[in-house]
Amino acid sequence: MNRHLISAADLTRDDALLILDTADELARMADRPIKKLPTLRGRTVVNLFYEDSTRTRISFEAAAKRLSADVINFSAKGSSVGKGESLKDTAQTLEAMGADAVVIRHSASGTPHRLAGWVRGSVINAGDGAHEHPTQALLDAFTMRRRFGRGTGALDGLRVTIVGDVLHSRVARSNVLLLHTLGAEVMLVAPPTLLPIAVETWPCAVGYDLNAALPKSDVVMMLRVQQERMNAAYFPSVREYSRRYGLDAARMAQLPEHAIVMHPGPMNRGVEIAAEVADSTRSTIVEQVTNGVSVRMAVLYLLLGGAGAEQ
Amino acid sequence: MSDSTATWVIKGARPLGGEPADILVRGGMIEEIGPGLGDPAARVLEAGGLVALPGLVDLHTHLREPGREDAETVETGTRAAALGGFTAVHAMANTDPVADTAGVVEQIWRLGRHAGHCDVQPVGAVTAGLGGTRLAELGAMADSAARVRVFSDDGRCVSDAVLMRRALEYVKAFDGVIAQHAQEPRLTEGAQMNEGEASGRLGLTGWPAVAEEAVIARDCLLAAHVGSSLHVCHVSTAGSVEIIRWAKAKGWQVTAEVTPHHLLLTDELAASYDPVYKVNPPLRTGADVAALREGLADGTIDCVATDHAPHPLEDKETEWSTAAFGMTGLETALRVVQEAMIETGLLDWAGVADRMSVRPAAIGRLSGHGNPLLAGSPANLTLYDPAPRAAVDQRAHASMSRNTPFAGMLLPGLVVATFLRGAPTVLDGKLA
Repeated sequence: MNRHLISAADLTRDDALLILDTADELARMADRPIKKLPTLRGRTVVNLFYEDSTRTRISFEAAAKRLSADVINFSAKGSSVGKGESLKDTAQTLEAMGADAVVIRHSASGTPHRLAGWVRGSVINAGDGAHEHPTQALLDAFTMRRRFGRGTGALDGLRVTIVGDVLHSRVARSNVLLLHTLGAEVMLVAPPTLLPIAVETWPCAVGYDLNAALPKSDVVMMLRVQQERMNAAYFPSVREYSRRYGLDAARMAQLPEHAIVMHPGPMNRGVEIAAEVADSTRSTIVEQVTNGVSVRMAVLYLLLGGAGAEQ
Repeated sequence: MSDSTATWVIKGARPLGGEPADILVRGGMIEEIGPGLGDPAARVLEAGGLVALPGLVDLHTHLREPGREDAETVETGTRAAALGGFTAVHAMANTDPVADTAGVVEQIWRLGRHAGHCDVQPVGAVTAGLGGTRLAELGAMADSAARVRVFSDDGRCVSDAVLMRRALEYVKAFDGVIAQHAQEPRLTEGAQMNEGEASGRLGLTGWPAVAEEAVIARDCLLAAHVGSSLHVCHVSTAGSVEIIRWAKAKGWQVTAEVTPHHLLLTDELAASYDPVYKVNPPLRTGADVAALREGLADGTIDCVATDHAPHPLEDKETEWSTAAFGMTGLETALRVVQEAMIETGLLDWAGVADRMSVRPAAIGRLSGHGNPLLAGSPANLTLYDPAPRAAVDQRAHASMSRNTPFAGMLLPGLVVATFLRGAPTVLDGKLA
């Protein structure tokens, strides 16, 4: 496995399965009264968050603490240029503090890639601009594997439909790459304005019609759609978006009996997903949050030496 | 600086890559070209194996002075130009203050005269303060000591169709040309790189080819309508080449330039997220590169222009989206053109002389440059050794800035000497 986790494309099928299997083992620990392992005692994990994201930061923080790592939360809102120190200076500061891993969230695509050139520790991408969010894809795959009883297997043949603002979504990019690696059949459904140019070169199918896609889906993953996209004329109105691409109870009824509904959160209830869908038994949204901690523990464990540290 | 009254015999150089000949330079002029020339009083430059070209002319240089002397000055930028084989550069107007008055263009012109490494021909802004709302005093700049003939808001597009029409019309009175930075602003809001497969994968906001092509098409039609001269800066897409080819076939007064980097590099380099590859217009696809080379070879694109855009390290050593756009180019231009055009057989050295000296001088209305290598021409000369191949060492560059995308790349060629009106500005590959 690479020293860093920046893109889901960094992971081979074996790497991805190793992470999911490790997460499975670590998840069992969560049921014990004492949830803590000594594995990363004395190691330092820095959460470097340039964007607000309470849920992702807390998830990484819980993961690192359950492995007994020392956690430093470094919140640096806003652009680095003109408002304080540069990314490179921050990187050198983290280096001087002896960070073994840096978990970075940034609004600019490629920032984890740049950071990896400036620090010796492992860089874990916790979401960069519209580029990638690989641990989200891993926790989504983990959730699918559990829900569909795949044991320690991959996701071969599983039909996953990802719906919404693919253009601006790092979750979609990482999921397409990882799910393809794991053998799933991915379909993207969105208004054409919210699909990137050349999306046809991605390892997935593409469509505009949600109703047609639903009966053929084992998993539907709804992406958050932001109101400001309407102002930039990506779609005429939130109501129209919701009518054409939102998942309501009537649409949910078109899904096969066994199908599940996923959402990376935070949700816009009533826009891309109706409340009764979000709260239904098909919904894995709360599970995804729980699984996020296990998967991030697995990533930290494997990148920070897991096996190596025991030698 | 050497004595411009000295006499030189350049022995055994190959004018335009042809048969070896001696070149006798006296009084700032080429006195004679032929075999076995000599003069007891002359200094001798042994130039066996070197290609002799008319001094190169750059239509598109950012010298950054006044305003950004931390990135480049007229002194350092013209040193870089001389080392790259240039005898004249056009200094773009997006300085601070903007070169939009006779006072500022004369200041830049005088700074160039004082530096002396090459001629500095200021470009005037089209609109006051590059604001895009009202015309700058184009006539005053034309009548100034700097004799401005090329006007450009480069860095920004004159996107208002009426303003562009008026600018094209107005400069007819003094044989001016409007050099357009073709970029439809609404289609490129927040744009970071070429819009295509790579931008989708990398999650960077796309700069679509149509944003360039739509403006070029409109401007060609406007230039035809008012019977004026349009020059298209840094053409970067296959579609732009087609539109310009069409406009030229109509007989319209449209000229165009391409940068060295667009002749060699593609948008895949953005996958490194290293902003040294961030430039405006952005690096495009391999198909675009092929079309640009073909357009330069067949004359659809008139010339190579560097768009030399120096930036200090701190403006490039950042996240991609906050980094400045631009690349340096003066010291690598001829080497890149050799790699892209000579090594591929698309142009011969006469063709390179045409695209890097004769035609840019004509577009810039510089009568003292781009003259044929014949007795009686001003002795503006570039002596170039095409044989060596070496890695580009940006640390050795005379430019103050280091933002070259060619750093470490193996490229052919070496500028051995440059003569400006009979005086060497570069000898043995070093400033004279």
